[in-house]
Amino acid sequence: MVTWFENQIPKVVLAPSFVALLIFVYGFIGWTAWVSLTRSRLLPKYDLHGTIQYKKLFSSPRWDTAMENLLVFGVLFIVISMCLGLLLAILLDQKIRVEGALRTIYLYPMALSMIVTGTAWKWIMNPGLGIEAMVRSWGFESFSFDWVINPDMAIYAIVIAGVWQASGFVMALFLAGLRSVDGEIIKAAQVDGIPNWRIYSAIILPSMAPIFLSAFIVLAHLAIKSFDLVIALTGGGPGYATDLPATYMYAMAFSRGDLGQAASSAMVMMGVVFAIVVPYLYSELRAKHD
Amino acid sequence: MTDFAPMSPAATQNRNSDVQKLALRWLLFAMLGLFALFYLMPLFVMVTTSLKSLEEIRTGSLIAFPRELTFEAWRTAWSGACTGIKCEGLQPYFWNSVLIAVPAVLLSTGLGAANGYVIAQWNFRGANLIFSLMLFGCFIPFQVVLLPMAMMLGKMGLAGTIPGLILTHVIYGLGFTTLFFRNFYVTIPADLVKAAKVDGAGFFRIFWSIFLPLSLPIIVVTVIWQFTQIWNDFLFGVSFSQAGTQPVTVALNNIVNSTTGVKEYNVDMAAAIIAALPTLLVYVVAGKYFIRGLTAGSVKG
Repeated sequence: MVTWFENQIPKVVLAPSFVALLIFVYGFIGWTAWVSLTRSRLLPKYDLHGTIQYKKLFSSPRWDTAMENLLVFGVLFIVISMCLGLLLAILLDQKIRVEGALRTIYLYPMALSMIVTGTAWKWIMNPGLGIEAMVRSWGFESFSFDWVINPDMAIYAIVIAGVWQASGFVMALFLAGLRSVDGEIIKAAQVDGIPNWRIYSAIILPSMAPIFLSAFIVLAHLAIKSFDLVIALTGGGPGYATDLPATYMYAMAFSRGDLGQAASSAMVMMGVVFAIVVPYLYSELRAKHD
Repeated sequence: MTDFAPMSPAATQNRNSDVQKLALRWLLFAMLGLFALFYLMPLFVMVTTSLKSLEEIRTGSLIAFPRELTFEAWRTAWSGACTGIKCEGLQPYFWNSVLIAVPAVLLSTGLGAANGYVIAQWNFRGANLIFSLMLFGCFIPFQVVLLPMAMMLGKMGLAGTIPGLILTHVIYGLGFTTLFFRNFYVTIPADLVKAAKVDGAGFFRIFWSIFLPLSLPIIVVTVIWQFTQIWNDFLFGVSFSQAGTQPVTVALNNIVNSTTGVKEYNVDMAAAIIAALPTLLVYVVAGKYFIRGLTAGSVKG
């Protein structure tokens, strides 16, 4: 009897979290999925009406803009952060005496709230008083840098701030990866007189493939969830020029009172995240079991 | 190698390669320095702008040092700036964030430790499935639970309250905290648990006497990770709070985007620094653990 009871303790300890997980994660996803198939407006309705919300979503120009922005922002944000992060990691890997201090400097933006980052860059890129005004005061009267208020360029302003925030993190990932490469192989290659750049491109980088993948997953995940940065930097504007799916969803849910649209856009976001993350997690979990 | 270069005396070649090495070294430092400037520039601009008067901001340059130091903007940001209708500065919202973050961090870390301990060392049928479900839960975009959570908080009578936000952060932080502890505890040999069982120690005894004393590093990592996440949260804060219970990030955004009166950039910058200070401080004091959390949280499943 005592042993039976003893055996139940682990399950009892895990139970509250498990119940919370079932209700607040999977149950809620189910709720959102259900509502995305109804005609809900201000209040949720539960009778199903097929894919009407998704049809409306995909024919909405605002959602189009949001998805296009996500593509532009996502690709640039991921590619630039990866390249910059890798470059910084390789530069820092050259036995620099002040490495610790530099690492601290490159990574501190990751500790900041996106709202803080957005506020700072909004001020720096303020056309009247920021970089534009500064360069003009140096004598380049025609210099123009109005990205934050220019509908065609504002999304690139968000890329700048995003890269500033996340690239140091990629650097930290890559640096850890560089350090974990077998030192003996590198020494052997150096003894053989193989130039440094060849050592990097032929030996070190290929062995870091899993880290590239992790960095990609994290950055993609950050990009899809990007909400605060846009809110703080451009508010989704001018107009809705810098809307992302996350800001679209929020606007539908809390200012437009269109629950059906909010739910269907959230489901599409989750679809995009899972299309990227699920194969990765699946392979990770399988690798563990084998 | 030099044996293969009979045309030039070895000495000259050595000197050439020395010069080359030195040049490369300088180039390396120049690049590292430039990047350091890129990362530091916004912080520098924030600090200097917050110490200038509005007059100086309008007439001076973005990157100039303040001619006259004034802490007026800091005082306003802390206790006088307007977030919409109210003009009490960031102060009340800063304390809201503290009231939200401290219990939420403690609860989610404690639960994560218990969950991780069970999953790593007391494997029962279905425990791995639960872990996989939790892991997938870490990656959902929160938008997908935002609406039902708002309704649930309403039904529980917690809509727009600080306990409601604490509950939200605990629940959606559990996946990561469990992951951290589970990955830490699987490295502890199962034989240790077996031996302790033979000696008659039970579930809780083994946790208190063996696992908890070993856990300090992972507790630090988890606490820092959770604190940073919760302090910097904006989505839950803006969705589930009401006037008076907003966390500091929401208040900061309201100050910056409040349209009434003259735009006080120095106050905006001071407010941004105040909102960033706690997490920056954690980063500076415990950067090592911060990085460990970042990499652990993002890499390994």
